[in-house]
Amino acid sequence: MTISLTLSNVTKHYGKNIVAVDDFSQAFAPGSYVCLLGPSGCGKTTTLRMIAGHESVSKGSIQIDGKDIASLAPAKRGTAMMFQNYALFPHLTVEENTAFSLKMRGLPKAERIKRANELLSLVDMTPYAKRFPEQLSGGQQQRVALARALISMPSVLLLDEPLSALDPFLRVRMRSELSKLQKELGITFVHVTHSQEEALALADHVVLMNNAVIEQAGAPEEIFNRPKTEFVARFMGGHNIIEMHGERFALRTDHTRLCRTNALLQACVGFVEYLGAKVEITVTNPDQADITLSISDKEFRQQPLAAGDAIGVTWAHQDLHKLE
Amino acid sequence: MTLILIFFLLLPVLAIVVVSFWQSTAYSYSPAFIFENYEFLLTSPVTLSVYLKTLMFTGITWLCCLLIGFTVAYFLAFHVRSLPVQIGLFLLCTVPFWTSNIIRMISWIPFLGRNGIANNALQDLGLIDEPLEWLLFSDFAVILAFVHLFTLFMIVPIFNSMMRLDRSLIEAAVDAGATGWQVLSNVIIPLTKPGIMIGSIFVITLVMGDFITVRFMSGGQSASVGRVISNEISLLQYPAASASAVILLLTVLIMIGTLLRFVDIRKEL
Repeated sequence: MTISLTLSNVTKHYGKNIVAVDDFSQAFAPGSYVCLLGPSGCGKTTTLRMIAGHESVSKGSIQIDGKDIASLAPAKRGTAMMFQNYALFPHLTVEENTAFSLKMRGLPKAERIKRANELLSLVDMTPYAKRFPEQLSGGQQQRVALARALISMPSVLLLDEPLSALDPFLRVRMRSELSKLQKELGITFVHVTHSQEEALALADHVVLMNNAVIEQAGAPEEIFNRPKTEFVARFMGGHNIIEMHGERFALRTDHTRLCRTNALLQACVGFVEYLGAKVEITVTNPDQADITLSISDKEFRQQPLAAGDAIGVTWAHQDLHKLE
Repeated sequence: MTLILIFFLLLPVLAIVVVSFWQSTAYSYSPAFIFENYEFLLTSPVTLSVYLKTLMFTGITWLCCLLIGFTVAYFLAFHVRSLPVQIGLFLLCTVPFWTSNIIRMISWIPFLGRNGIANNALQDLGLIDEPLEWLLFSDFAVILAFVHLFTLFMIVPIFNSMMRLDRSLIEAAVDAGATGWQVLSNVIIPLTKPGIMIGSIFVITLVMGDFITVRFMSGGQSASVGRVISNEISLLQYPAASASAVILLLTVLIMIGTLLRFVDIRKEL
């Protein structure tokens, strides 16, 4: 299983003036978990749909295992897609839904039902094989959609916001299951999401998009710790933007500290948010935009603050990260 | 609601059922409880041939309406991308309904007649030497008029079903390797079945109960159950007409009941 996915200068126009994806170039290592991240309308779903073949490529090439697939039919690409609302066929049972692509290929019924049940056991859905999609919960429907996508043994699985329809508790559980499944199968997953938390938790490789272009791509730690632009720092969250000597720096909120003496900045507490394990204090000051400090609740209890208190803010110089 | 149903549906039907047991002579009828009307009706060879004819009209009309209706609905729902064009074309389909049934039927006469547009055009093109006799006042003309009148009743419910169909299902099928025909037979047709059924019920009930189209378009040469009843009424044979009506009603109910056994249309309502 060493099948790579490469996109070179992939561009998508709608009409003459609308550019949905502009010059997207990125190579993904075989068997990696890729997250396409970005705000809505940034072109991430269009990129995914171009890889799947449900959207034509205006310019550029998409290669799987060194072969240009941009002009092939969706089913000939070695990709399979899991749709945002799962798109299960309401008139077919779980088993028949899972076996759908085998039926299209004309496999005999006994064989395809057997294969479908193998896949269903992979996602722990064997007991529900005879049910119809409407009789399943959101999480169960997702597992069926996953089994249906995997039955054609794709080398790249494309997931369009797979977790967004689930409630928060289930989302975290399905997240870990997706990650486990990907490691077990060893195939490349391309996962579209607008949640930076999801991307950080899952991905080996994050591609952050904005306004049709790649803003930054790399390992999650790299994107979070070394944001290239203010957009990346703000989108990933947990960062303050500090202006000094006409230059802009990103500073993690948990590296921004309270102090009594030698303060780099004198500020006034705007509001305090208690988040359980940590407390976020937003402070205002005349020189900078609002700054957020993230401190542990233990530290906060030692020195409780309320809106209006005057405090000092400091940071270590090496924690400042220069933005473009 | 219940009152309306009682007054305008239940009472008339009951009245028909009651009258169907009355006795009649050539010039009078009086209340009674006899089975003579049914006995005559069910043993007459005319009844059988009229029913067969009506069923033939119904079957062919249904098939033509289904094929045309499904194709038109498919085109409107899946090939026309912009909503204004979709609405425009849909309204275009309803244009024939802006005039009355009778006028639409009569308008076929100059087109299909011996010296009508169709015959003249075919002769000018050299395709035929003599006018085609079977174009007008024939079973062909009856079916043509039926299809013209009732196809819209098939288009509307099928189009409605198709518009409710989640487009990502089609993409999912394509993603699984389905060809165009496989998408049609495995996804679109099964999921538009309720619309097809509703359209079929409209067409079947309308054709089974029709008497005026058959009379006009066949030039009085073809019979149908509706025409038999209408003739009996014009001869003031109300008990006989009632008995025919009851049998027709039962026949149509059985046909619809059979259709509904196959498809659950409640989801669509």
